[in-house]
Amino acid sequence: MTIEKTRPLITQNKRGSKSKKLIFKRALPLFLLMLPALIYLIINNYLPMLGLIIAFKDIDYRKGVLGSEWVGFENFKYLFKTKDALIITRNTVLYNLVFIVLGTIAAIVVALLLNEIVKRTLSKFYQSVILLPALISYVIVSYFVVALLSVDVGLVNNTLQNVFGISKISWYTEPKYWPYILVIVRLWKTIGFSSVIYYAAIIGINKEFLESAALDGASKLQQIWYILLPQISPIIITLTLLDIGRIFYSDFGLFYQVPLDSGALYSATNVIDTYVYRGLLVLGDVGMSSAAGAYQSIVGFILILISNFVVRKIDKDRALF
Amino acid sequence: MGRESKTWRWVARIFLMLLSLAALLPFILLFISSISSENSIIRQGYSFFPSEFSLDAYRFLYNHIEQLLRAYGITILVTAVGTVAGLLMTAMIAYSLSRRDLPLQRLFNFIVLFTILFNGGLVPTYWVYTRYMGIKNTLWAYILPSLLVNGFQILLMKSFFITTIPEEILDAAKIDGAGEIRIFTSIVLPMSTPVLATMGLLKAIAYWNDWFNGMIYITEPKLYSIQNLLNRMLRDIQFIVQSADIASRVDIGKMPSMSIRMAIAVIGVIPIIIIYPFFQKYFVKGITLGAIKG
Repeated sequence: MTIEKTRPLITQNKRGSKSKKLIFKRALPLFLLMLPALIYLIINNYLPMLGLIIAFKDIDYRKGVLGSEWVGFENFKYLFKTKDALIITRNTVLYNLVFIVLGTIAAIVVALLLNEIVKRTLSKFYQSVILLPALISYVIVSYFVVALLSVDVGLVNNTLQNVFGISKISWYTEPKYWPYILVIVRLWKTIGFSSVIYYAAIIGINKEFLESAALDGASKLQQIWYILLPQISPIIITLTLLDIGRIFYSDFGLFYQVPLDSGALYSATNVIDTYVYRGLLVLGDVGMSSAAGAYQSIVGFILILISNFVVRKIDKDRALF
Repeated sequence: MGRESKTWRWVARIFLMLLSLAALLPFILLFISSISSENSIIRQGYSFFPSEFSLDAYRFLYNHIEQLLRAYGITILVTAVGTVAGLLMTAMIAYSLSRRDLPLQRLFNFIVLFTILFNGGLVPTYWVYTRYMGIKNTLWAYILPSLLVNGFQILLMKSFFITTIPEEILDAAKIDGAGEIRIFTSIVLPMSTPVLATMGLLKAIAYWNDWFNGMIYITEPKLYSIQNLLNRMLRDIQFIVQSADIASRVDIGKMPSMSIRMAIAVIGVIPIIIIYPFFQKYFVKGITLGAIKG
């Protein structure tokens, strides 16, 4: 992404000739233009940041956030004593790692294949079709998964039974299958999106080296390995680092909707986001839920700072700041 | 060289064909299941080749068309308002931030940037919106939380303004006596239609597909958007009957629930599939906008 560095303030150079008051008066319309979005960011982002203090309080609904008793780290102590804390952290991080590794490799492979299609209309057609899953919500995806996996009428069970003679599997109560199911669903939904990004990167690179390498008799794999991949590696690295920066966050819809919120599957499907949601809106345990949320916010913040720091070292233009 | 690249081309074609099939087949299964007869589904399950077709599911849903239309109406309204308002607010702040003579520019940039890096999470957000904003069971619940404006898009649009709108034009307009607001509406916005269209499309898709806000802030079935109706019916297929007026209730036992389940999902995806060819180009642009330089 390109986010330009701040331009120098020319107002500083004009000190003396104009008073500060005049500068601000002139900029009044610009401030007005910013106002709606700033108010929104305050309500939607900054107030909730302050609201993180909920995690350090024993919330009493009648007294509100400010009136409730401070309890220090009690909520966190309580959270980390449960085995849930370990499970949700493990699930969140491991799933994301698998998504990053498999997702990136798959996206690059598909992008390379798209690049082999010479006819632009055809490659556009393929792009459009593999992007379809990116257009629909996880609610719809869950209907697809139900059509495939429901016990009695699902396509998969009926095929297993009729073709292979395997007895029906109760997919929605057997956690051991879900790591695979979730990875497949996630790849299915995101591969179009991410391969289009890499495809655009491949199209954008300088083709001269490739052509001369081909003339020198380099095989296709050699061309890919020695010329194409090194040229898009800055993008691969930065996108991967940004993903790592978000490794504490997960796709709520994937982990909540697709398993139909089935309690029997929580050991394989519970992640920090679903844990926070259930704590708040299903169980009504604000202390635990807010502690888990604050844990996610703070670790997530540190990770994003670190990943951005590394991105800056590699490719300054792509860093967030 | 010729033969090798030919083999590669074939490998690519076959593989992409399979991948396209994998992307399409669930949609096809959904559709065929929705027009399969209840008996054939019970006998052989959801299948690409049902033994008997039937439109019972759609006939049944037609009896509840009021609920479906209301849900669609809410989705369309929310998508339209959210997209236009969000886009305008994003463009307005992005334009001001792109101006080098904006006082306190660093501070304002930081205010936007920090929202990308750090967030309070669900619990405090829920608290703010329900306690202080009172959006529970109002249409604002679909529009406001998290979707309206985001810092990332502001910074993206800011860099678009910096790179594509020459300062000379702005200066010339100022000399001609145009005010800042006038410059924004009659020069900056018209010059930015490509980026506005692309970003607007991404916003519209996000609003159209969002079920999370509805799930946590809306408990009144009359206010359900299409995604929330689908979400509810995913777990409770009889919901549409229970929430209907007594007069239009039918015998739940006779309901073809297996095919209805798929038909309702078809009704949920059909509009997107129909208009997809028209916005496909902008969608691809939108995806690469955030990730690729230039």
